[in-house]
Amino acid sequence: MQPSIVVDNIVKDYRTKKSVVNAVKGITFHVDKGEVFGMIGPDGAGKTTMFRILTTLLIPDKGTASVDGYDVVKDYLAIRKRVGYMPGRFSLYQDLTVEENLAFFANIFNATIQQNYSLIKDIYRQIEPFKARKAGQLSGGMKQKLALCCALIHKPSVLFLDEPTTGVDAVSRKEFWEMLHRLKLEGITILVSTPYMDEASLCDRVALMQKGNVLSINTPKGITQQFGKALWAISCTDMYGLMNRIKSEPTVESCYPFGQYHHVVFKDEANGRELLAQIAAKGNFKNVVIDSIEPGIEDCFMALMVNG
Amino acid sequence: MDKVITAYELTKKFGDFTAVDKITFDVERGEIFGFLGANGAGKTTAMRMLCGLSLPTSGVATVAGFDVYKENELIKKSIGYMSQKFSMYEDLTFRENLRFYAGIYGMTDKQIREKTDILIKDLNLQGNDKTLVRALPLGWKQKLAFSIAIVHDPAIVFLDEPTGGVDPVTRREFWSLIYQAAARGITVFVTTHYMDEAEYCNRVSVMVDGRIDALDSPANLMKTFNAKSMDEVFLQLARKAQRKGD
Repeated sequence: MQPSIVVDNIVKDYRTKKSVVNAVKGITFHVDKGEVFGMIGPDGAGKTTMFRILTTLLIPDKGTASVDGYDVVKDYLAIRKRVGYMPGRFSLYQDLTVEENLAFFANIFNATIQQNYSLIKDIYRQIEPFKARKAGQLSGGMKQKLALCCALIHKPSVLFLDEPTTGVDAVSRKEFWEMLHRLKLEGITILVSTPYMDEASLCDRVALMQKGNVLSINTPKGITQQFGKALWAISCTDMYGLMNRIKSEPTVESCYPFGQYHHVVFKDEANGRELLAQIAAKGNFKNVVIDSIEPGIEDCFMALMVNG
Repeated sequence: MDKVITAYELTKKFGDFTAVDKITFDVERGEIFGFLGANGAGKTTAMRMLCGLSLPTSGVATVAGFDVYKENELIKKSIGYMSQKFSMYEDLTFRENLRFYAGIYGMTDKQIREKTDILIKDLNLQGNDKTLVRALPLGWKQKLAFSIAIVHDPAIVFLDEPTGGVDPVTRREFWSLIYQAAARGITVFVTTHYMDEAEYCNRVSVMVDGRIDALDSPANLMKTFNAKSMDEVFLQLARKAQRKGD
């Protein structure tokens, strides 16, 4: 089956008189039909540039890309008709009401709210009590729901969501992902970006991105299986002191704070275990807890960032 | 141990709406205190009162020993503040921003010079200290904004969602700056949407509908709520909220 999105060696630079920013440095991936594919990475990874290229708002310097078999440069009109796009910045009309915004977006795609209401029903019901309110006066969570409704109202085959959960609280984030999984069941392909590493596990596959490059593409499970080294979680009463002690040891490859624990990888396991025994025994540290743990996406991302 | 913040039944009403509803808590010197809550729970209103920017409707509170009703100008001198938009001047260099803010806080030219030299060395900024802030990477801006927020050695620094948008390694470098500041005795009061970050805090409070519904160390909260992570604790609490949105 033809993938929904094909990206082949895309390059994009932003040039000013004084400087060049290499925003995307030769990225290749594909997204299958009905897949939820995540672009995971911090600001400056190239996520928004990729969205703009795939939604035909920006022309790449090199490489080719297609959506539903249509070329992003030649067939831009065909693509615009069939995709939904929720940009990272709230881009609805602030001085129109909730209902007016929705009707407007349906109208420019030659659709009506009634036609595709079933698709947005679950989401729209939550903001319907405020349908006469101006979009500019909605809370962050409600703006996000309205923007999703407006991106869906013409029943797109591919949905592009640029950091839909940034700055949104943990409850709204969870609800948003539940909505995405219901849309996936409708057969809609979803390309979504996020800086929250914990959201990677909610995607079918992810591309971990950094500074215009892809570090790794895989299923979330596949990414964590590639970690390939033993990972230790260590805690005690004096976490700052513990960090300084661990980092001073030559056998330590990395040591990062993770909430209540430090996550530690050793260059050499035998020397590492010796160090762990010293930390546990000597009485320098109080209430020492040492566990062997499975790596998460964030552990993998940092290892890939440092080791390339 | 002395207390940097004391709040007793602190309340703020806007007309009929009770944004902050009788919150009572203390923060100790050198503590890293996480201030959590869903959008609209009342965090910003509470922080504005503690920073001396908004007068409470009722209740009692002191920050750095000063009364929030009568001594709010003294409070402003004793605190540092870093917003998620970190308000450095983009068309000034780090050195110039530092001089500007330190000057506002009343530091002498000599103190400013000494402090600037120390910071530029500590932050490994040599060579970049003449670059305009605009041209610096986001992670650098965050670190610099934090250094500026504590340049006058405040009793307490308020950080409002400080780590958005940066990569996980940079986020951790930022947290090690927070640990260093706390080890020097600066109290850190931080809001964040990253629940894993809440676990770096000594204690965490969770606001729901204007009230503080939970306050304890992350480990104890996870035990109390029978949860594996702070994310689960937060979801259990925030889902009880009646109020919606900001």
